[in-house]
Amino acid sequence: MIPAAAWPRDDPRATRLLHVDPQSGLFADCTIGDLRTLLRPGDLLVVNDAATAPASLAGVTASGEPIEARLTGAGGSGDGSWRAVLFGAGDWRRRTEDRPPPPSVQPGDLLLFGETAAPRSGHTASRDAGAPADDRAVDRSPTHEVQAGPPADGSAPAFASPFGKSASAPATAGTPGKSAGAPATAGTPRKSLLATVTEVDPASPRLVSLQFNLRGAALWRALYRVGRPVQYAHTAKPLALWQVQTAYAARPWAAEAPSAGFALTWDLLLDLRRHGIATARVTHAAGLSSTGDGPLDARLPLAESYEVPEPTVRAVESAHAGGGRVVAVGTTVARALEGAAAQGGGRLLPSRGTTALRLGPAVRRSVVDGIVTGLHDPGTSHFELLESFAPRALLAEAHAFAEQQGYRGHEFGDAVLILGEGRPER
Amino acid sequence: MDLQGKGILITGASRGLGAALARELARRGARLILVARGEQALEEVAAAIRAAGGEAHAIAADVGAKDEVYPIAGAAASLLGDVEVVVHNASELGPVPLQLLADTACEDLEHVFAVNLVGPFRLTKALAGPMLLRGRGLVVHVSSDAATAAYPRWGAYGASKAAFDHLARIWAAELAGTGVRFFGVDPGEMDTEMHAAALPDADRTTLARPQEVAWKLAEMIADDSIPTGARLEAGAYAGGAHPSPDVLEAPAAVGLSR
Repeated sequence: MIPAAAWPRDDPRATRLLHVDPQSGLFADCTIGDLRTLLRPGDLLVVNDAATAPASLAGVTASGEPIEARLTGAGGSGDGSWRAVLFGAGDWRRRTEDRPPPPSVQPGDLLLFGETAAPRSGHTASRDAGAPADDRAVDRSPTHEVQAGPPADGSAPAFASPFGKSASAPATAGTPGKSAGAPATAGTPRKSLLATVTEVDPASPRLVSLQFNLRGAALWRALYRVGRPVQYAHTAKPLALWQVQTAYAARPWAAEAPSAGFALTWDLLLDLRRHGIATARVTHAAGLSSTGDGPLDARLPLAESYEVPEPTVRAVESAHAGGGRVVAVGTTVARALEGAAAQGGGRLLPSRGTTALRLGPAVRRSVVDGIVTGLHDPGTSHFELLESFAPRALLAEAHAFAEQQGYRGHEFGDAVLILGEGRPER
Repeated sequence: MDLQGKGILITGASRGLGAALARELARRGARLILVARGEQALEEVAAAIRAAGGEAHAIAADVGAKDEVYPIAGAAASLLGDVEVVVHNASELGPVPLQLLADTACEDLEHVFAVNLVGPFRLTKALAGPMLLRGRGLVVHVSSDAATAAYPRWGAYGASKAAFDHLARIWAAELAGTGVRFFGVDPGEMDTEMHAAALPDADRTTLARPQEVAWKLAEMIADDSIPTGARLEAGAYAGGAHPSPDVLEAPAAVGLSR
């Protein structure tokens, strides 16, 4: 197994790059900067410009039970509706497969985010040990949000009606000055983010659709106040939002970072341009890579939103017309480009939609000639999708080489470039 | 650049030049993200623009706070799509009455630099990447004559603005030829709250009105012939057309800037 990198590297230029040539069957130990010579004038590098959203929301159910919602498949819907995967007590420090299941929810149920469950025996809310100093429960942007704290006149909190009596507990039972429930004293109302469960997946009840009580700028302010980046147990400490953004992150569509791009600096990208290697973008709402629920994990990746803008289509056509190769930075880019081409009957057209395409050995690619991606172990779904680019035996051999050479895996690890000398046979 | 439909982010948009610029750009059809700390005043500016048929989203945030940067950039991109122009207009004088440098608390100087220099740098860093991918974009640094003249008691502010000017020039040098442009503007002395706080005894009749300067700034934003790395003085800017009387007779705005 390739060990997982537990933390973002200080200098992206130090990212190692294993070049695998599926045509010659050779591989070589390089660094990310060697893209300057591994790519040729006329080649095109396509990145996913989705920013990483604050997709992990800690909250409570109507009965005060702790719950975490990980938003996915955002796609910038704009109407306040999102799909989410629910988790029970705890947080990223515990492996997803070891997390208790979420409390059962039904359509119509309300969830309250930005609050934590009242401390009680047996467990506490998810934001306990080692929570960062930027306490997400501190209200910095009280725009149009539901008043969760008790009004100064001592009457019932604004959300008491939809939540029933027990829901007031998390808002009032905190220890003043210490817990997230503080300072819910009269005269200092706090604002919270509410969501209504609108749909529960019949096969995987932890996959739900949510409708937030806010829209537009107010919703985004609340999500950024309450949410944190999704992260997993192999990471060392709580991640800040800026640690999970690429150098070109734009719309916050991604539930998890399009991490193959972490290695790319503007120094490198501008240098590549000067060498005649163009860059283009797609936006792809990279979803969750793991839910800890076997049947649901088997359905991943779920259908995800993407956008392929017109300049990117022209850049792809231009690269191919000149004999250049199109290299996807990350599997999400390959998925967006090939998914869009599949929907265009094999022809890439400017488009926006959702794709459920799963890359794999059987997928015939029509756009992407090579890929830069992270290192994942054989047997994982990520490894299998790379079989769309190189035979399994070669990938396994290259993987063993990378392991022996001390490469690091997962989102903050090293990279692999699978790219042949010429455009592959179609 | 035709401003119709363009996504533009303005900091310090709740008062003074920022608010006047927001109204002027909205009048020209731009779609706006307005950022400022004062939520109520900011929301009032945005609401007035929406009531007049424009598009403006208010994001109450402190550009000097590190953990606000990606939330601002992410919300802006989500709401606008492409953020094509950024106007760094927010700025901080530090405590008034203004002090000699010898009496300036180090923490006050740090705070002025956080708002006037480091915050805009962070926000540019978050927003310039997508501009570079698109090969198009504009970042405007609103500066001051205090950046070039050594006015006693304007030490923290003036030093931060001098650094801010130079930051724009270096961005411009590094990104020359990419299609992402930078320029600085000295708006001149305006009749604003900030001016009144700094120089309470000034003769207000000698000061420019923010809406007049905003009109010039909008002309500059639309003017693709301004070279990247330039620093312009609003008072001397002769490009573009002349403002129509109805623009200049709009209700006076209160707000900022030396």
